[in-house]
Amino acid sequence: MKLIILNDYDQASEWAAKYIRNKILLFRPGPDRYLTLGLPTGSTPMGCYKKLIEYYKMGQISFQYVKTFNMDEYVGLPRDHPESYHSFMWNHLFKHIDIKAENTHILDGNAADLQVECAAFEEKITAAGGIELFVGGIGPDGHIAFNEPGSSLVSRTRVKTLAKDTIMANARFFNGDLSKVPTMSLTVGVGTVMEAKEVMIIITGAHKAFALYKAIEEGVNHMWTVSAFQQHPQTVFVCDEDATLELRVKTVKYFKGMMHVHNKLVEPPPSLSKKN
Amino acid sequence: WRRGQERYSPVTQFTQCRVLREHRLQREDLWVRDGRILDPEKLFFDEQGYADQRVDCEGSIIAPGFIDVQINGGYGVDFSQPSEDVSSGVSFVSQKILQHGVTSFCPTLVTSPPGVYHKVLPQVKVHDGGAQGAGVLGVHLEGPFISAEKKGAHPERFLRTFQSGGIEDLMEAYGSLDNVAMVTLAPELAGSQSVVRELCRRGVTVSLGHSVANLSQAEEAVLHGASFITHLFNAMLPFHHRDPGIVGLLTSDQVPAGRTVYYGMIADGIHTNPAALRIAHRAHPSGLVLVTDAIAAMGLPPGRHTLGQQVIEIQGLHAYVAGTKTLSGSIAPMDMCVRHFKHAVRMHEGSVCVMGSLFYVFDGFLV
Repeated sequence: MKLIILNDYDQASEWAAKYIRNKILLFRPGPDRYLTLGLPTGSTPMGCYKKLIEYYKMGQISFQYVKTFNMDEYVGLPRDHPESYHSFMWNHLFKHIDIKAENTHILDGNAADLQVECAAFEEKITAAGGIELFVGGIGPDGHIAFNEPGSSLVSRTRVKTLAKDTIMANARFFNGDLSKVPTMSLTVGVGTVMEAKEVMIIITGAHKAFALYKAIEEGVNHMWTVSAFQQHPQTVFVCDEDATLELRVKTVKYFKGMMHVHNKLVEPPPSLSKKN
Repeated sequence: WRRGQERYSPVTQFTQCRVLREHRLQREDLWVRDGRILDPEKLFFDEQGYADQRVDCEGSIIAPGFIDVQINGGYGVDFSQPSEDVSSGVSFVSQKILQHGVTSFCPTLVTSPPGVYHKVLPQVKVHDGGAQGAGVLGVHLEGPFISAEKKGAHPERFLRTFQSGGIEDLMEAYGSLDNVAMVTLAPELAGSQSVVRELCRRGVTVSLGHSVANLSQAEEAVLHGASFITHLFNAMLPFHHRDPGIVGLLTSDQVPAGRTVYYGMIADGIHTNPAALRIAHRAHPSGLVLVTDAIAAMGLPPGRHTLGQQVIEIQGLHAYVAGTKTLSGSIAPMDMCVRHFKHAVRMHEGSVCVMGSLFYVFDGFLV
């Protein structure tokens, strides 16, 4: 894995956004060649999305030939509810960029048959040629998407019941009322994300530090599902200082020492420098 | 554009604009199709649609149309004049006030003899507005059941009290309550309670004004259903610390739960001192409704003009009962009132837009 350590949330968000920007530019998507991205929701990626919108507005990138697949969606929450993941994606990304609606895919938590909906989602990913870069976050309990502790590390898109930790963490979006938080969700499986060509996990904040420690310094364990990516050939973890608080000093020093190499990944590619 | 549609309906996206949502101005794009406001999120997810054209508003505010619930006429038209063709006068004014941002209004009739009501009321119908003019929400009948002591510019000889059984007096005076949206009356008049109840039962808004009611009388009227105050401070007892009168409704603890008492304010810079505007606003901001109380002379040059059964005189921005210093009404258009109010209260633009527009429900957007 590459462990990228930035000073704070804003810098981590910017690094992640530049990484995605470069991915789009170097891939050179076109009408016969779509770039597929997996996308997360929540407070962690908001800074990254803000930056991506900036790059779009500055004319550096276009999402015209980008396809997106979101990780998850609540079950039973009306699609236009302000806390649904559809609303989140619309307000924090889609409405600000030039992505086409038919190229975005978010699981429908109100589908008549949830199993069919999940299977269809997997098929759509396959039909799109698989996912080039899956961006995700990590829960305080070490989960990726809604793959709660105990989820199979080879799981596919399915219905999942939310763990207590997750419900409590999400209560802040529902006025602190635990009873209003949905208890079930549709989520891509650990196996689904593992099939992406590349995975980027953004982790910021001291409250995520223990989960990060469990994910990268301990063994692969279905209780901390992000640990599965230890067995993925191309994983990038983008963190801020606070998220590294539970790691060994040795680990942090090792990866900080490589930042000058890793930062090359976010330098503007030649096509962009020529433009400017 | 939308997926699978037969008829092409272009979608317009207004960008770089500020819209009124959730009681404040927000930097949000406004999407429109077929003359209706569109929810862009629905357009995106349900129809996979996108904008056909974009209009850059360069930071301007897109405000909902203003609603004027007290306007006696304008541009030479006096709604209280019993002409043969009242509706064309109403149409003329409705078209003119569009330029002030008013998209709905209540043509107001001041105290008049029964003959005038019987002739005028059947000619004014509730109807939607459009490009041709502001919509008519219904008539506002200001009087004749008001206090002689607070008649203001209303002619004393046509004032009335409730004699028989309350509502019968009303029907006798007005002829019909069809197309009537609001009635201003003085609640201290004996027999008013049953009238207030009956009017509310029929869906007519009861407004207290031109009255010497004390706070208890005003509160009793509110309990019976009254929900509005006609031009706060004007034509009522002044606030007194031992009996705040009608003004006390703004902070009364006798208003039933879940109900609000709204109050009209004329913010033309003449009818109310800015400090008084601020006191009312600070005491009860959510009840404030800007009205023009504009008279026929609004939009006309200085001189003498007719209002109801009386003659008024315009001097600069003031309109007086001819030969006196009694204010006859305002000639400030609604957009001027909104701007003056904003300046007087030193407020954020968004909140002021809310006060000019009672309703701000859009198709597709619930604000």
